[in-house]
Amino acid sequence: MGRAWKFGDNISTDLISAGRYYHLRSNLPELAKHTLEDARADFAPNVKTGDFVVGGRNFGKGSSREHAPIVIKMCGTRAVLAKSFARIFYRNCINNGLPAIVCDTDEIDEGDELEVDFGKGIVENRTKGVQLPFAPLPPAMEAIMREGGLVEFIRKHGDLLVTEQ
Amino acid sequence: MTGQTLAEKILSEKTGKRVKAGDLVISPVDLAYVQDGTGPLTFRQMEKMGIAKAADPSRSIVFIDHASPPPRKELAADHVYLREFAAKTGMILHDIGDGVCHQVAFEKYVRPWDVVIGADSHTVMGGAMGAFATGMGSTDVGVAIGLGKTWLRVPETLKFEVRGTIPRGVMSKDLILRVIGDIRTDGATYASMEWGGDGIRGMPMHERMTLSNMAIEAGGKCGPIPSDEETKRYLAAHARAEEWRPIEPDDDAEYARAFEYDASHLEPLVATPGSEDNVVSVTDPTLRDVPIHEVYLGACTNGRFEDIEVFAKLVAGEIKAAGTRVIVTPASKEAYRQALAAGLLEQLVDFGAMINSPGCAACPGVHGGIPGDGENVLSTQNRNYTGRMGNPNAFVYLGSPMTAAATAIYGVITDPRTVV
Repeated sequence: MGRAWKFGDNISTDLISAGRYYHLRSNLPELAKHTLEDARADFAPNVKTGDFVVGGRNFGKGSSREHAPIVIKMCGTRAVLAKSFARIFYRNCINNGLPAIVCDTDEIDEGDELEVDFGKGIVENRTKGVQLPFAPLPPAMEAIMREGGLVEFIRKHGDLLVTEQ
Repeated sequence: MTGQTLAEKILSEKTGKRVKAGDLVISPVDLAYVQDGTGPLTFRQMEKMGIAKAADPSRSIVFIDHASPPPRKELAADHVYLREFAAKTGMILHDIGDGVCHQVAFEKYVRPWDVVIGADSHTVMGGAMGAFATGMGSTDVGVAIGLGKTWLRVPETLKFEVRGTIPRGVMSKDLILRVIGDIRTDGATYASMEWGGDGIRGMPMHERMTLSNMAIEAGGKCGPIPSDEETKRYLAAHARAEEWRPIEPDDDAEYARAFEYDASHLEPLVATPGSEDNVVSVTDPTLRDVPIHEVYLGACTNGRFEDIEVFAKLVAGEIKAAGTRVIVTPASKEAYRQALAAGLLEQLVDFGAMINSPGCAACPGVHGGIPGDGENVLSTQNRNYTGRMGNPNAFVYLGSPMTAAATAIYGVITDPRTVV
């Protein structure tokens, strides 16, 4: 179980990992100290392992910087929940083994206690006593997620082995 | 059997079977590249994956453009690593001063019908060549470089049919801002934004590139434009005539949605700070009281020779506004050389502008024109998020090179039609 950190719509990758910290990209532990700083400066210093980042629409819009999901994960975030995700950010989450869950985040408020059951595809908001269903990952992404990310997938299989539909 | 969109055509040819929107494919990659902000992670991931090699070194490129030249030793260290990796793998290196990855890739490498994967979201600009070009994260691009392939979901396509001719004082930047203002920053998420119509056929390549460049600003996966006589002219002008191939969508291609725009009714537009879809007319009265402290002419969006030329023409014989810094950064060495040869840089210096070496410079907020607290910038770049230009307490307005020129003269956002 972890607490929800609530963010709004259209959280850009610049808000997640700002350009002024470009020089820290090869020093990820330092970069992670500035995660989401321009959206909520209180997030990075206070987030606990197992907490959830909860956004609205179009979470992760903007650049391709994979550092964005990497630092969110390094902060101990269990999963990112949003009503919708920008394409590159979503793919980068899965490639780094960070669950990105599409669900109705209007049912989640700041500080709510959440639990995720990936098998059943349900986010349980224990504070509100509501269950929020989510769809399973497409098989191509599920296969990468199962290995913990794309690096681990390629190390194990030596190739892309996406099941073609 | 229904016809195919540009994205479906390219991915069908590439994978050797007829694909349609929604299919998952593993596609060969014709061109893969990284830049200095994403490349170090790409190469570290490739080393971890055990594929620290380039499947085709002659079509795998390292660009050093975002921190060019490096303003900090940490970034200089990244550059050392990138150069070493390029030397070790035989990848092509475009070092500091060559220009923004997407611009240089377009001038030298992107071909019609190519699948192009770049570790930078504005890779979509390659769509103006009639290519399937999309941005991905570092690890995905590492796989594309190391194994020469990627996995993709064939995107649905939104069709943007443009009629008529853009009027005087208006540019394609205003058209794409109009579109993003209408469909918003997630209006094309996962989709191909395909352009067509007589308004596109009559549009010169440098203007088409701005349209494709900002597909990602609506969430688009790619922004392809048919390869036609103008594409042929562009390639010939770059000594690449033999690389031209035509491509156009089938008449009966299936589109998820179609939009029509009459270019002749467009006006100059500005995106106000925070999001690219905060689009207002350049004549909006709320803009009149905003002092502009910095004008930035540059970026892959609008840092081409023609952008510098149109800016220089508008400010000819003028002196910049006293309280406004004017920073010009050509997007590539080619643009820089052409502007030099045409005498434009001298003219811009006389106007009161300063000229940076080719690269991304001020746009991503690393260096080259970071605004101060409370300052306002009018930039020709593609993004205006909080913090984008390196300071979360500054405010970025987006506009065309013509709007930038008029604004540089008066120090407030100014309708370029009053100057032309």
